[in-house]
This record gives sequence, C-alpha cells and structure tokens, in this order.
Amino acid sequence: MNRPSSELPRILLIEDEPEVRRFLRTSLTAQGYQVIEATNGRDGLALAGQHRPVAVLLDLGLPDTDGMAVLVQLREWSSVPVIVVSARGQERQKVEALDAGADDYLTKPFGLGELLARLRAALRHRPADGDDALADGVADAVRRFGRLTIDTTAHRVLVDEAPVHLTPIEFRILAVLARHAGRVVTQKQLLTAVWGPSGTDRGDSLRVFMTHLRRKLEADPTAPRLFHTEAGVGYRLIDDEG
Amino acid sequence: MESSRPTPEAMLDRVREEEARARRGRLKIFFGMAPGVGKTFAMLEWAQGRRRDGGDVVIGWLESHGRADTERLSEGLERLPPRVVMHRGLPLSEFDLEGALARRPQILLVDELPHTNAPGSRHERRWQDVEELVAAGIHVVTTVNVQHIESLGDVVALLTGVVVSETVPDRILDQADEIELVDLPPDDLLQRLREGKVYVPDQAVRAMDGFFTTRNLTALREMALRRTADRVGARREDGGATGEALMVVVTPAPESANLIRAAYRMASRWRAHWIALSVETAVFERLSPADRERLAGHLALAQRLGAETLVVRGEKAIDEIRHAARGRRVARLLVGTPDRPGWRERLTGTLAERLVRGGGIEVVAVPGRGGETEPLPATSSRMPLSQYGRAAVVVLGVTLLLGFTRHLLNLADQSMIYLLGVLLVSSTLNRGPSLMAAVLSVAALDFFFVPPYLTFDVAHFRYLLTFAVLLVTAVLVSRQTLLIREQAEAARQRERRTVALYQMTRELASATEPEPIVEALVRQVRLLLERESILLSNPDDEAPGLVDRDRAVARWVYQHGQPAGFGTRTLPGGEWTFLPAGPEARHGVFGLRMTPGAAPLGPADHQFIEAAIGQTVAALERISSAEVAEGLRLHVETERTRNLMLSLVSHDLRTPLAAMGGAAETLLASENLPAPERRGLLESIRREAFRLGRLVGDLLELSRIESGRVPIRRERYPVEELILSALDQTHSLLADRSIRFDRPEELAMVDADGTLLTEALVNLLENAARHTPAGTPVDIRMASSPAGVSIEVADRGPGLPAGEEARIFERFHRGEPAQASGTGLGLALVMAIVKAHGGTVRALNRDGGGAIFRIELPAAVGGLEAARA
Repeated sequence: MNRPSSELPRILLIEDEPEVRRFLRTSLTAQGYQVIEATNGRDGLALAGQHRPVAVLLDLGLPDTDGMAVLVQLREWSSVPVIVVSARGQERQKVEALDAGADDYLTKPFGLGELLARLRAALRHRPADGDDALADGVADAVRRFGRLTIDTTAHRVLVDEAPVHLTPIEFRILAVLARHAGRVVTQKQLLTAVWGPSGTDRGDSLRVFMTHLRRKLEADPTAPRLFHTEAGVGYRLIDDEG
Repeated sequence: MESSRPTPEAMLDRVREEEARARRGRLKIFFGMAPGVGKTFAMLEWAQGRRRDGGDVVIGWLESHGRADTERLSEGLERLPPRVVMHRGLPLSEFDLEGALARRPQILLVDELPHTNAPGSRHERRWQDVEELVAAGIHVVTTVNVQHIESLGDVVALLTGVVVSETVPDRILDQADEIELVDLPPDDLLQRLREGKVYVPDQAVRAMDGFFTTRNLTALREMALRRTADRVGARREDGGATGEALMVVVTPAPESANLIRAAYRMASRWRAHWIALSVETAVFERLSPADRERLAGHLALAQRLGAETLVVRGEKAIDEIRHAARGRRVARLLVGTPDRPGWRERLTGTLAERLVRGGGIEVVAVPGRGGETEPLPATSSRMPLSQYGRAAVVVLGVTLLLGFTRHLLNLADQSMIYLLGVLLVSSTLNRGPSLMAAVLSVAALDFFFVPPYLTFDVAHFRYLLTFAVLLVTAVLVSRQTLLIREQAEAARQRERRTVALYQMTRELASATEPEPIVEALVRQVRLLLERESILLSNPDDEAPGLVDRDRAVARWVYQHGQPAGFGTRTLPGGEWTFLPAGPEARHGVFGLRMTPGAAPLGPADHQFIEAAIGQTVAALERISSAEVAEGLRLHVETERTRNLMLSLVSHDLRTPLAAMGGAAETLLASENLPAPERRGLLESIRREAFRLGRLVGDLLELSRIESGRVPIRRERYPVEELILSALDQTHSLLADRSIRFDRPEELAMVDADGTLLTEALVNLLENAARHTPAGTPVDIRMASSPAGVSIEVADRGPGLPAGEEARIFERFHRGEPAQASGTGLGLALVMAIVKAHGGTVRALNRDGGGAIFRIELPAAVGGLEAARA
C-alpha cells in the first residue's frame, strides 16, 4: 500500500452512460473516493496511465471499443484491480473478462452496497505491482472466515475449533478460494490452480468436490454461508471483513 | 348397396378436385356428331351473347372456312392474331398460345379441339393448349366432333370405315364444366351438304362421300347423344365408382388398343374404377424395340383414358393376372382371344378359357389376339446374323470332329454329340440360331453319317426315327435351356431394380439434407438405367449438360406439373424427358437424358423411375415438413413474444415509471417536505426502479429461452449445488424464515445450464418469500430416482386458489392481492427454463396448508468421472 495519505484513493470510472456515471460519482465521492471519469475506452486507457488509479470500474458495453479489449490492453502494463460491470445475460463475456484478468464483476442493476463491498475486497487484495493475483502469492498462513479456520502450512481446517478432514484436492480448492477471499474465482481459474493447465475440462468433478466441501464445512443451510456459487461464473469465499 | 357409399378418400379427392377447379378456368365444349352441324356457329352465337352481357370475350382461333355467315357472326369480337410458323418453307398459321396467355381474356374461343399443331409448337395438340389455358384460369370455349373422341375411335372406324387419327382424350370431355350438344337430324345435315353449306376440303371429298351417309350419320348421332348422356349420368352420380373394378390385360399386340378402349367404355358405363394390367414374363426380355414401344403406348393410352396402370412381373402370366385381380377386387376381366387359336391354345385352352377355369371372376373375351401375353413371333427380335454364323460354326465343328472319328463311333453316339452341339448353341445364343443348329445337325447327320453317304437319301426307315427323335429332342432341349436363361435374366433384372430401390430407401431414410437425397436418386438411376438424370429444385438451377431448350422444357414442367420433353406429347424436342417431382412439381423437376438410339425403356423401367421419384419426394417432404414445422413454431413464438411486449409496454412498464416520475416530481416541487416523507418517496423510487430492472431482465431472459435461439449449455451439476446457489442469492429475502433442506446422502446429478436452472430455483424461492406471511417456514426437498430428480419448494402460506394450479405459470398472472414487488413473470420463467431442460413443473396445495412447487428433471445420462480424491 503506497497510497499518499494526503490524497484520496482514485477510482477510474469507464462508463458511457451519463446517468450511471452521475450516480457512481456521487456515491463514491460520498464514500471518500476520488472519481476520474472516462466515457470511452480510449480515454479510459489514457487516464489510467496518467492518474494511476487504485481501482478501475469498467463497463463491458462501451461505444467505441469492446470493454474486453480495454481490459486486455490495460493488463499489458498494469495490475490495477478491475471490476467489470455487465448487463444481465452477458454471463459469457463476464467469465471471459474474469479469465482475462478482471478482479471481480457487477451485474446491472446493482445496489450501492454491493458495489462498495466488491471495491473493498478488490482493494484489500491489491497485489504488489507485477505480482500475478492467482500465482502462489504469499498469504497469511492462518486465516479465519467466520467459524472456519484454515491453516495452510499445517494443512488443517477447523470448524468451530473442531478439526474437519478434507481430502488433498478439497484442501487445495479451499486454499485457492481463501487466497482470493471476497473475490470471485472463475471455474477455469480454480481448475487451473488445482489440477494444472490440463484440468480445465473437469468442471463436473469440481462441482462435485464443491458439494462435498460445502457439506463438510457448512452443514447447516440456514446459517450464513461460507461459499457463494456465482451461477455460470465460479465461486466466492465470503470474507466477513468485507 | 354398401359398396356405392363414397369412401373418405374419394370424398377427400373430390374436395381437392373442387378446390383445384375453383382456381381453374371453366371449359365449355360444343359437341357435334359430324362436321357441318353448326358447332362453330353455335359457339359464336353464344359468345355474342356473353359479349352483350359485358364479358371480355376473345377469339383465339376460328375455323370459318371462309363462310360468310360465320364471319358475320364473329364481327365485333376481338380476334387474337395467329402465330405464323414456317414449315418446310410454307407459312402455317397457328393458334397463339403465348399470346392468349399474355392477353388473358375472361373467355377465349378456340375452335377445333382435335387439331394437331405445327411441329415446333409448345404442344403437339391443341387440346393440350386448351388444358394449359384452363389451368391458367382462363375460361375456354371449344368445339369437337364425336369421332375425335379417343375411346370411340375404333367404334367409329368400325361403323364408318374412316380411321380418325386426330383424337382428343376422353378426360377432356369428362372434365369439361359444360357440354353443349349441337344436334341436327342426319337428313338435314345431308341437305345442308348438298346445298354446299358444309365446308369439305377438296382432297377429302372422296372420303367424305363415304362418310356422309344417313346410316353413318345416324350411328354417329347416336354415339354423340349417348356420350353426352353418359357424361350427364356420371355427373349426377354422387360418390363415383362402385368399388368393384374392371381389369384389362394389355399386351404389345396392336389389337390391344381396341381392347383398352372397350374396357374404358365399359368402365365409364358402370362408372367403375378400371385397371390396365401388363404382365412381364420372361418373354418380355425378348420383345423387339417396336413391341416395347407399342406396349408402352398402350399403357399410356389406358392412362389417358383414366385407367390405373399396373405392371407386374412373374413366371406365368395367368397366375399374375389372377393374383392382381384378386388383390384389386376386380369383378370383371377383359382379355383378348385369338381368332385362330394356335396348337398350344387348342391343347390347353386360350388364356380366357384358362382364366374362366380358375373361377371366381367374370372374364370377357374380346376377339383379336390382343389378349394374349405371348408376343407375336413375327415381330420378335431380329437376331444379328453373326449369331446364326456362330451356330453354323458349332455344327460344322461337330461334323468335322465326327468325321475324324467316324470309325470309332456309331450313329447313336453321333446323334448324342450333335445334341451336345445344339445344347451348346442354345445355352449361349438365341432361339433362331438354336433352331437352325438343330435342323442343321439333323441334316448333317443324314448327309455325312447315314448311308447312303453324301446324300440326303435315307436307306432305312429306322434312321428317320432317329432324325425325328434327334430333332424333337434338340428343339425341346434348346427351348428349355433358353427359357431358363431368360428367366434367370429376368430375375436378375428384377433383382437389380429391387436392390436399387431398397438401397435408395436406406440412403434416403438417413438423409437429413436435400443434397444426399438427390444424389442417391441420380446414382441409382445411373446404375440401373445407365442414363444421366438430374433433379432441379428450380428449373433455373445450375445444371451442366442442359441447353436452353431443355431448360425451357424443365420450366414448363415446373409450372404445369405435367411431364414433357422427349417421348411425351409436350415439347418433344431435345434429349431430355422431364417429370414433375411431387404433386404440382412441388419438389422440382426430374430430368432423364434419353440418348437417341439407345434401347427404349420398358414399363418396368418407367415403374422404377416413378417409384424412385416417389421415394425421393417422400424423403424431401419429410425434411421440408420438419423445416416448415420448425419455422412455424418460431413464428408463433415470435408472435407471442411480440404480443407480450405490447401488453407489457402498455401496462407493466408504465406503472412503475409513473410512480417513479411522480415521486421525483413531488420531491423537486416541494422544497420543505418533512424528512420521513422525503424518505418514503425516495424509497418508492428505488423500489420501483429495481422492480422495473427485474421485470426487463426477466422478460429478456424469458424471450431468450423461449425463442430457442440461445442454446442451452448443459453441464453436469450436483442438484444440491444449484439449490445452495439459489439459496445464496435469496439469502436476504429469506433472512427471517426458517429453511429446511432435505437431501439424500447420495449426490443426485442433472445435466443442465447451471445459470438458468439456478435462476428457476431463485424464482421459486422468491415466489415463496413474496406470497407467504413473514416468518413462515420454507422447506426444500430433493429426491432422486433412476428416472430423474425432483425438487420441491414448499411453503406454509395461503396455498393456491382451486383451479389456479396451472394458471399461475402464465405470464403476468399474479396471486391476489397483487404484490407490488412481483413482476408476474417469475413462474412463467420457471416453466420456460424447466421445459427447456426436458422437465416439468407443477404447483400443488400442500397438506396442512400452503403450496408446493415441484420441479422434475430427467436424470443425467451416463456415468460421471470418478469424483473421489
């Protein structure tokens, strides 16, 4: 975190709809962010270079270029957290954007609470420059998520301080989700992280493992859940700190 | 009589016929017994009447023969200019069919229906022109004399001695909408003739002298009257055929044509269905090209006269006739019987006699060889001379061999070796050479090996017996050998056709695209008939090998749905015959290249072509009906979505917009509104905005799924995953509920689009949250069986009003009282999604109060890769 305390954190907003920009500008400013606005992809990329924002909100449906293209160009030189904003029914584009390096997504229409939570999660896990978010970044050895405790060095998992037995693959899935807690991890990212690059066709297995994980770790369906299944996209481990 | 009741098929045919007739023009015929009765005059009088009534009447063709009164009567009627054709350097005036079609009058007069058009015209005959005009929707008025009616040709020849070559098919007369008989007593006609009021061409005067006699005219008059009466009778009869059929046996013999006409007359008098049967025995393969063509002509004649034609193959003609007759409920059978029976007929009885002996059927024997199935020996195939040469060489070889060994063998051995030679000849060569080899052998035996040698004298009566035995044996053996060969050949041919059709059926059954279907047809025709063929779905399609003239023929067939081209009566120039594929050439035009000089096709070949086209059409129909159904379904869906959009725009979108607009305006206008009220209005704006957003989202989703344009992306999911995912999304909405989730220990799997199915479950959960009082529990039950998976969402709310169980899945249906938060699309969306997955969704009332929504989905097929770690 090398943000000068004298200056408010800058958010770059790339969005062509003036009404959406107005709403986001007002609410984000009220939450203590400084908002820089771009109405198209070209300006957005230029402003990202000039102002070095701490996070980017990128609309996937831009007038001049595809938001996806903006993301790919941005990722060539920056690892700034990017949250993509898409319309409902654009699941495929959403997943493509996440696989191409976006950190999270929001689906229109979204609430203000949802936006701020995503933003906080993205900023919290902001990697050091040049560090790949999904590579084996150094994470805390022991982390707590509600009733769940994960000790990555000892390969131990506790629920309400009682040890739970996980298979090695279940543990690896949990570890990957924990490392990106609060953020969505796409199915492809999860498969690659657990089984390696050749494992991307094992979606069936992954879903079965996830079911087993949930059964072991969140036996009571009425309790607040640990894992969120983002339909058609991937999984998210809920981070209470968010 | 029970059998006279019209069958449903017959009634359907009738309806179709009437529908077709409504689009067609009407045909009116002025019908007379002989030239000079005043048909043309009557026609013109009638036309003048129409013109006075304001009708658009045009003369297409008029044979006034320069008579002043006729010319006078045509005054004031528009006349179509004739088409001038050069024929052998002479200009010929012809009726201009193209011009008439272009002019398209309401009523067109075309005189002299039996006229033969000049070569190079579109149709060979004028009656074909008229048929085309009527089909094009033009009312046509024409004239014809009784002696030109096809079925009466032989009777006319018999009665008057005049052979009429220009005939008109009876069908034309039968299909005419109106027939007006122009009658004149024979004596009056003769009087007019004497007064020179009847036009008779100079060269025909002599023939006409014999024709115009009181006796002839009386006979013709009677025929004309009866023909008209028959037709009137047929018209009055409702329901048509009596159900019992008449069958006529058709052969290549020239007399067979008369037999067919007799059958037609008999059938029309009875108004019975009639069948023309041709039996192809092994003999058929030996028929000369001329015989084959005549047989095909006879079948075509029968068809023109309205018969069903049937070609069967078999070993023995009599068995096949009996079999076919039984199969078709034939009450009466017409066969020809020879005037002078041959030795075989004397021995075993004529075909008619043998058929009668079989019993069960009424047999009408008509004099003339026409009924015999054996071909006329005289016309049977001409052998190439080389065959005789080869036969002679064989006999010479045998003689030389016996000459060298004459001291080793006696006469009996020598006879046997000659017999062997004859057998050799008959097993490879035809009948004539075989017979010659037999005779030559006997002669050679006599000449060289029977004393006195080198003469044909015979020393002893004994030898004569030897000769006789040798000759009879040789002839009989060669005959049997040939018969076996021919039968084998016929069987081989039959086999080839059957195999070809069978193969085609198999290829067609699996085809889902038009191209392989057409390829299969062309390939089988090439294999079997060794002819090039083509199927044009549109006559203007790309096709190598077709010249402009052929294409014009194809186009005509496409437009008229009738065969044309080589070997037909329409546009017979060129090398191609074109046949319509399907009724009204719905599937285009089939073309067959008839290389000039190649062997003409036999009836079995034609039958094969018809069957092949029929199969092709059926296959194409199958494909296109699937396409049409799919297109129609999409169309209906699109229409439904459009209507939905309209109702939505008019009401469901406007309501929240009005609420939001009103609230915002109030806020802007009233500066000092108390804080709680400001907040209330702002919350209303937010609530309505979210509701609107959801509504639009649901709507888009719904039309996207129902249109079927977005394919469902199926992947394998544990059902539990989907339910938990749905619970995640509805967590805040269900926060105050107690939720119970019953699941089996084993994972139940489904193949589903995870996003969509989760959405369906979310909608069910939201529905439960909205329509039940706060705090009431929601139970989710999941069960699996080998057949599928069921998911239940059960609540303890008010339950469903009786009779609403199905309606709640309709769009914009809302439970009463209407809940402000619902869109009315949720359950419709659930239904659409579940249906797209091949499942069902039902709503039931729950025991003890509340509602149950149950989704049932088919289980995932196939095993899952091991999910153990």
